[in-house]
Amino acid sequence: MTAVSQLTFDDLTLGYERHPAVHHLTGTVEAGALLAVIGPNGAGKSTLLRAIAGILPPLAGTIARNGLDPRDIAYLPQIAEIDRSFPIPVFDFVSTGLWRTRGAFGRIGEAERGRIGHALSAVGLNGFERRGIGTLSGGQTQRMLFARMLLQDASVIVLDEPFNAIDSKTVEDLFALVAHWHGEGRTIVVALHDLDLVRARFPQTLLLARTPVAWGATAQVLTADNMLAARRMCEAFDDHAAACAAPSRAA
Amino acid sequence: MIVDALFSPFAEFEFMRRALVGVFALALGGAPIGVLLLLRRMSLVGDAMAHAILPGAAIGFLVSGLNLFAMTFGGLIAGFSVAILAGLVTRDTELREDATLAAFYLISLALGVAIVSIRGTNIDLLHVLFGDVLAMDGATLMVIAFNATLTLVVLAVIWRPLVVECVDPLFLRAVSRAGAPVHLVFLALVVVNLVNGFQALGTLLAVGLMVLPAGIARFWSRDITAMLAVAVAAAAASGYAGLVLSFHTRVPAGPAIILVAAALYFLSLVFGRAGGLWSRLFPAPHLEA
Repeated sequence: MTAVSQLTFDDLTLGYERHPAVHHLTGTVEAGALLAVIGPNGAGKSTLLRAIAGILPPLAGTIARNGLDPRDIAYLPQIAEIDRSFPIPVFDFVSTGLWRTRGAFGRIGEAERGRIGHALSAVGLNGFERRGIGTLSGGQTQRMLFARMLLQDASVIVLDEPFNAIDSKTVEDLFALVAHWHGEGRTIVVALHDLDLVRARFPQTLLLARTPVAWGATAQVLTADNMLAARRMCEAFDDHAAACAAPSRAA
Repeated sequence: MIVDALFSPFAEFEFMRRALVGVFALALGGAPIGVLLLLRRMSLVGDAMAHAILPGAAIGFLVSGLNLFAMTFGGLIAGFSVAILAGLVTRDTELREDATLAAFYLISLALGVAIVSIRGTNIDLLHVLFGDVLAMDGATLMVIAFNATLTLVVLAVIWRPLVVECVDPLFLRAVSRAGAPVHLVFLALVVVNLVNGFQALGTLLAVGLMVLPAGIARFWSRDITAMLAVAVAAAAASGYAGLVLSFHTRVPAGPAIILVAAALYFLSLVFGRAGGLWSRLFPAPHLEA
């Protein structure tokens, strides 16, 4: 069986106001892959994930999603822009994960309520249904976001540092969900900093430092040489940088 | 005796009955919009929009005198233009919505007052600025009722994306393209309800029956559905009590209604169950778990 490439980056350059944050990335993520994206702060991890989710258009190059609409990709941003003071119960918030099937008008019937209940118990939020979202702790909020993602039932899942500032028990529970999704053959891309977790659980790793440093099997990517190389890449934009001379096909 | 004071104005005078029905219709349409303005942190935007409708209404006045249809129509056009222009400027430039609207509303207010003054008297200007809820005729009442109905129907249609756009705008953007159109439709509803309130309360107070009930509701509930109910009830109660107050005193009806709403607001601020000052100053003992 030959693997299908779910995400294909072709000479992809991403950035803000012409400054590249991800520079000349080429490669493929196979369908069903569990890929860790690592690198120092400012390496372009979040930028790459935003582009995969279709929120950030490329400066140059292309992302092919194997025919998938970007809106069918489940994307968890690093800092969710949730208005936690909004008076809405957890149950209603999580139900928005059904958007792609229920849309703006679809009825949330008995079957859907059942699915929402299942998603809430899968993340360990039983009994929180009627609580306001503002009353949840950081870890509980993350569990709630995972519950919504469960309902999205997406074939490609993109998580931006989902385990930051989360206790080990919650990380364990939430990673169990990621592993479960992996088992179901979904394609999962996760940006994170916890190298132990990457070594233990992620078969594939992309080490990014604006330009891709290494991409492949985790053991071969996480070498001392590669890590040193990544750290050396400068973080700051140069305001006077010249236009990139590398041959690039326009987007 | 007291019963007499509370009911006889409406039993005896038709203009009081009309005014009562008018403020109830305003409460039904305006209060839910006010709650959403509050939750979207747009209360002051609503205030700014209220001034933005003035030049349109003034041009209507210039063309056909104190004709409420012409003034409503002009107000709608001016309000929509400013809402859409401000929305576009906000989306496409780095200027934030509050700054954009502040600029537009100052221009509109100056323009509106200038236009009314050219043709009319100071009394006309007062009417435009503060409205006259007791002077509404049957046709005006129908317009107000129609607008309130329209508001409720459109709100029901755009409810889900509107709420999701408030709670988690990035998520809505990821799953749907409804965000931008829903925002514009909501701004349009704000304009419709301001023009509605404009008839009764004038351009300066129209937003009062939207924003104050929403503030009241916030102090009584942490659930959006309950907030809507509280806000509509508070707005309707303010309307009724304001009319009674105005009937028995020399206070004009518009300010009386808003002052009653303000009194309810301060009561809620102190005694509200959801974060009122009283519960903060004298907290009940904490629970075991």
